[in-house]
Amino acid sequence: MGGRTTAGLAGRAGQSGEHDKGATLANRQAEIVLSLQGITKRFGPLVANDGLDLTLHRGEILALLGENGAGKTTLMNILFGHYVQDEGSVRVADQILPPGSPGAALAAGVGMVHQHFALAENLSGLDNIRLGTEPLMRLGASRAARRKIERIIAESGLEVDLDRRVAALTVGEKQRVEILKALYRDVRVLILDEPTAVLTPQEAEGLFTVLRRLAANGLGVIFISHKLGEVLAVSHRIAVLRAGRKAGELLTAQADRRAIADLMVGKAVAEVRRSAPTPGKALVEFRKVSLARGVARAPLTDASFTLRRGEIVGIAGVSGNGQAAIAALLSGLAVPSSGQVLLDGTPITSANPRALVAAGVARMPEDRQHDGVVGTMSIADNIALEEVRGKPFARFGLLDRKAMRARANAAIAAYDIRCPGSDTEARLLSGGNAQKLILARVLEREPRLILANQPTRGLDIGAQSEIHRRLIAARDRGAAVLVISEDLDELFALADRLLVVHAGQVSDAGPSAALDRGSVGLLMAGQSITAPLGVPA
Amino acid sequence: MEVLLDIFASANFWAAAVRIATPLIFGVLGALLCERAGVLNLGIEGIFVAGAMAGWIAVYLGAGLWGGVLVAALAGAAFGLLHALLTVILGLSQHVSGIGITLLATSVSYFTYRTALPSVTSPPRITPFQPVAIPGLSDLPFIGPALFAQTPLSWLAFALVALLAFVLYRTPLGLAIRAVGDNPGAVEAQGLSVRALRIGAVVAGSALMALGGAFLTLSAFDAFFFGMVNGRGWICIALVVFASWQPGKALLGALLFGAFDAFQIRLQAEIGQIVPGQVFLMLPYLLSILALVLVARRADYPRALLQPWFKGQRH
Repeated sequence: MGGRTTAGLAGRAGQSGEHDKGATLANRQAEIVLSLQGITKRFGPLVANDGLDLTLHRGEILALLGENGAGKTTLMNILFGHYVQDEGSVRVADQILPPGSPGAALAAGVGMVHQHFALAENLSGLDNIRLGTEPLMRLGASRAARRKIERIIAESGLEVDLDRRVAALTVGEKQRVEILKALYRDVRVLILDEPTAVLTPQEAEGLFTVLRRLAANGLGVIFISHKLGEVLAVSHRIAVLRAGRKAGELLTAQADRRAIADLMVGKAVAEVRRSAPTPGKALVEFRKVSLARGVARAPLTDASFTLRRGEIVGIAGVSGNGQAAIAALLSGLAVPSSGQVLLDGTPITSANPRALVAAGVARMPEDRQHDGVVGTMSIADNIALEEVRGKPFARFGLLDRKAMRARANAAIAAYDIRCPGSDTEARLLSGGNAQKLILARVLEREPRLILANQPTRGLDIGAQSEIHRRLIAARDRGAAVLVISEDLDELFALADRLLVVHAGQVSDAGPSAALDRGSVGLLMAGQSITAPLGVPA
Repeated sequence: MEVLLDIFASANFWAAAVRIATPLIFGVLGALLCERAGVLNLGIEGIFVAGAMAGWIAVYLGAGLWGGVLVAALAGAAFGLLHALLTVILGLSQHVSGIGITLLATSVSYFTYRTALPSVTSPPRITPFQPVAIPGLSDLPFIGPALFAQTPLSWLAFALVALLAFVLYRTPLGLAIRAVGDNPGAVEAQGLSVRALRIGAVVAGSALMALGGAFLTLSAFDAFFFGMVNGRGWICIALVVFASWQPGKALLGALLFGAFDAFQIRLQAEIGQIVPGQVFLMLPYLLSILALVLVARRADYPRALLQPWFKGQRH
């Protein structure tokens, strides 16, 4: 590993993590630690990366920004050796990396924090960090390893219990183990693939502090994200990818939010405007509803809240805190273990999806490709899916193909579903178009209640604003809309009122206009916003 | 009641338990090693037969007993390599490949035996391993005489339990094997070769299985019979789950099974006139199923078991 040091971590630990724009400019002249030249990667007919160039300087945080499918992760997987590029080269310091070898990338000082953690859950954090760093045939002596890791923890602030099995760690701790794995190998380039996707806002802020400190000590950081806000907060420089090509590159200090969004999408994005809500009477009421674990992945405990007509209510929370239980209850997939769910004053007593659909409930499931559409069936079939038992799609127990096709063609035109025609199999649609298909199916019946579970996860900004517009229009028509999302930006853009779930408990955070991200983040982490004095708890 | 006490108090009973357990110890260690690396090896039953046949015929043709053991291990390793090529390199179904290996190894062994000895009517015999006493251990009261009756292969089996546990839990290699059975992506991301680790584990594990077969022909008996393995391999597959993939518990499981089996033989002799013999033969298997039901519900499977790994695949 040569005579490299831990990027000078030791001397400057505890230094302020402040974002220093002056240092940014100085870094521009700093040595180049990494350069990618003309990287091209194809998966069958898809060109994931098309002649990409990229450089990274010492001590710099470079954000790689782009929509899903823009080629960010592919590029980083090539850099780290998971994939072999079809063309182009990766140069770290002065040496060209052999393609397709994570071992070589690590040896050259490139570390990667994977979005889906590359951790063995049956091993301790310490063992995960050690893995692959010692000759296999040597008898184990991990004392020196532990000392070095503890030093890095002290210097970087990445607190974690090294002896606990990874399976027992929280998501945030697992991510810290991933970062420690890289730092333990004295990397000079650290890649983070969508690191904040799994974190609460507070955890994300903690991560940013660590990254700034590491960068200040000379580490080059590549930060992959599709969230504009955090990119502006943490990076020095931004490279925007679109459809496998570099759409632009700019200094964060000079960046303009709107301009970057346009760069990502490739066209001007219309801002979605939300008028003030005019809530009507209650449509759905949860009364001390509990749902035991087993029906959904995480239980729901004593949840009480109301959804009113003409109102969009958002549910914020880290995934796996009870969202799935709420969705299951409102989709007719489960009935409460205790308590009552009332729809328009009538309790829901049996798990009967068809009855709920007939009662005017529209469902946009979380996993749209799996639960929302039948992949091997045509768009026309999928459009008709919830209404095939009677008019207009069936007569005398036989399907009316003509009516199905007509509805599909109307939906394709009205919702801008990009496809060759109504006979196209749904699995061939992109995520955004599949979601528009589901939207067309459920909105056509003018539902009273819309359950939108992660409505725009993984969609590009264009499809996202289209879906937001449709949901707001449905609200203005008088529907009650429940949006479950992990994306706080989306919730603040859509919701009139916010609920927060944590560990199966639902708390009402109030009108979104009066909230800020910080207080919602605290609720997501399970802390309550301090109640005003004199108000009994 | 007195009958039971008589059985448990006899050194003979404990000696038999260890003797019956020995091939299972080899087999369960081998299966454990494969599965820890993420590969189910249902070739075990056939590899037992191949080990039994190869070890025996090598000795019959003039090799020493330890030479026979080595030949058996090599035969097992060869079938393991085939299984690894099919499941690790080509990523085929581990179930299908494993059962194929069992059928192939069994047939090849019988075929070789028949071709090598076309005209024999009663199986030729060799001089098998003789019991050795380990000074100190064999002098222990009660279990001493049981251990005194054991051959070197039983001692080897015990030693291998300790060795495998040491390798798995105390060396970087063991760390990598445990990791590759849980998340091959983690292993690759740390710069190690998933393929090399898995192939190595399957080959070594298969060699261990073959030793279980060799014990049958070189130590427990002195000849090779058709059908002599008689499901021992399958028992090992169940014992691995029972043992939660831990060598120490694997030893315990094998000894328990050995004790059940030795017990039913003796019980049969005592009260065989009242209860049909088949019931006794069923007993160890019935108890295995019962133990599995109790233990396997909470079993902590290696997460990547049965999952092939392809480099550069989009995940």
